[in-house]
Amino acid sequence: MSVLAQQLLLGLLIGGLYGLAAAGLSLVFGVMRVLNVAHGELIMLGGYGAFWLAALFGVDPFASLVLVIPGSLLLGALLYWGLFGFVVRAHEETRIKNSLLIGFGLALALHALAVRLWTADERSIPTSYGGAVLSVGELSIPLVRLATLTLALVLIGALQLLLSRWRWGKAIRATAEDWQAALLTGIDIRRAYLLAFALGTALAGAAGTLVTVAYSVSPSIGLEWTLKALIVVVLAGLGSMLGTFVGGLVLGLAEAASAATFGGPYREIVGLVIFVVVLAVRPRGLFGR
Amino acid sequence: MGSSADDGGRPRTALLALLPLTAPRDDVLNFVFLILLAITLAESWNIVAGYAGQVNLGHAAFFGLGALVTRMLWTEGAPVLLAMAAGAGTATLFALVIGVAAFRLRGAYFAIGTLALGEILRTTVGNVLPEISTLPAATIASYRLTQRFYLALGLAAVSVIAVAALATSRLGLGMRAIREDEEAAESSGVGALSLKLTALALSTALAGLAGGLFAYYHISYYPSHPFGPHWTFDALLMTFIGGVGTLQGPVLGAILYIVLKEYLALRWVDIHLLIFGALFVGIVLLLPGGLVQAAERARGVLGGARRAA
Repeated sequence: MSVLAQQLLLGLLIGGLYGLAAAGLSLVFGVMRVLNVAHGELIMLGGYGAFWLAALFGVDPFASLVLVIPGSLLLGALLYWGLFGFVVRAHEETRIKNSLLIGFGLALALHALAVRLWTADERSIPTSYGGAVLSVGELSIPLVRLATLTLALVLIGALQLLLSRWRWGKAIRATAEDWQAALLTGIDIRRAYLLAFALGTALAGAAGTLVTVAYSVSPSIGLEWTLKALIVVVLAGLGSMLGTFVGGLVLGLAEAASAATFGGPYREIVGLVIFVVVLAVRPRGLFGR
Repeated sequence: MGSSADDGGRPRTALLALLPLTAPRDDVLNFVFLILLAITLAESWNIVAGYAGQVNLGHAAFFGLGALVTRMLWTEGAPVLLAMAAGAGTATLFALVIGVAAFRLRGAYFAIGTLALGEILRTTVGNVLPEISTLPAATIASYRLTQRFYLALGLAAVSVIAVAALATSRLGLGMRAIREDEEAAESSGVGALSLKLTALALSTALAGLAGGLFAYYHISYYPSHPFGPHWTFDALLMTFIGGVGTLQGPVLGAILYIVLKEYLALRWVDIHLLIFGALFVGIVLLLPGGLVQAAERARGVLGGARRAA
């Protein structure tokens, strides 16, 4: 029993990061109707950003968020200007398809670049507090993972606040709701798109940093994280960032439960099966709100 | 290419058949083998994506199924052609079963749905068959590269001929109508689902045969390897760079892709993905018809200049 509880706990802890990873994808898709399948690679880059800051300058991985988030924001803006900004001119169906293709090419290029820069090895950031564990009854909670879960929640809360209080946050939400109406009321929807994409990339960068602190990073994690984020978005729907976070926790728990039932190697399948089933049940209403 | 492909293509293919006699070096044969396998894979992907307009990101699943079944039957003693046919049959059957559900999805949703299905299959095969598959010593001793080469040549020719026949047929016309506008095609009497299933069946049968060839060619590999998503991604890159929805495009793309990949791998592993990834993005944004379109434009410009002179 306690073994199962421990596994579920670990699933819950990684689930927070699934939620954070999905939040960025959900924001970009919800606002721009652009499906960025390079989202996982952006997460990977964020992880290597933290890895470099730690390896070259000895920056604490949690502190490196202060640099990784603005860096990712900038990267997102550049990607919007250079690539995804061209896609939003097309109408919805072409837009999603072309963004999928562009994201795919970007993912391959970023993966190859990461192999060149950091080799294909798995990297992690060793810290003095890395092994610290909090014991609660029979459960042992790794403190670093607990901290990443908490930070993921804080970041998602901050995003929710930004979207509901900030002037441009409201513009982003209005654009997501109905871009034509938003345009008519005088909102600069191109800027809303730019902001949404930059924020989405910043969330990916933050998620990547936390993934690298609590687990590890390698150039090939991209596809896996893109799929996790997609699964969570499909589970949680669009519109609510807190809902996305909860969706991430659910996926983490489901993975842990299936690993406990069918064995470790099958933990990756449960999410994909959920994904396919939801697609089969709601072929058009997918990502609906 | 265009008209020159029609009159010059066949003699050139015939020359390739003489290659094992004139240049019996294994490295040359292996290299051309890889190109022929790539042509088959790209052309098979092109049927569903290029003609029927459905971006199938689970193509590797069918390549993998073909490889799996062929390897099992062939190493059990079945004749290789029979084993390959069974592999292709399995891949097609699986495609028809999942196709009915998957084609309820449109556009990008079909793409990510098939990607997920492919990953489910890859993970499952990796879990059930974790051991590397190696040919028995007796088979290795009698291994003849030329047999593999001719099989690859035949298969590449079959896939190019199949797409050529499709392109000019009523069937291909219906598929292209779906690609352009599914609702409009349906309302003018095109049975979209059955046509899409036909395209998928044809495409996956060829992919299954290509997988069977892979199983016949490689001495040892992990059974989950042919299910890897990079097979799909390779096919997608080759097809788009050459020209999606054209006959010559995937052939051109496959040759360019394998030549550059093998050449560049000598100095920097995987740099071809950086180059092709960037090239691919450029093509999607600026030149949706790929190299074939670029060649047509260049010919148009040259022709204009010649007329002016």
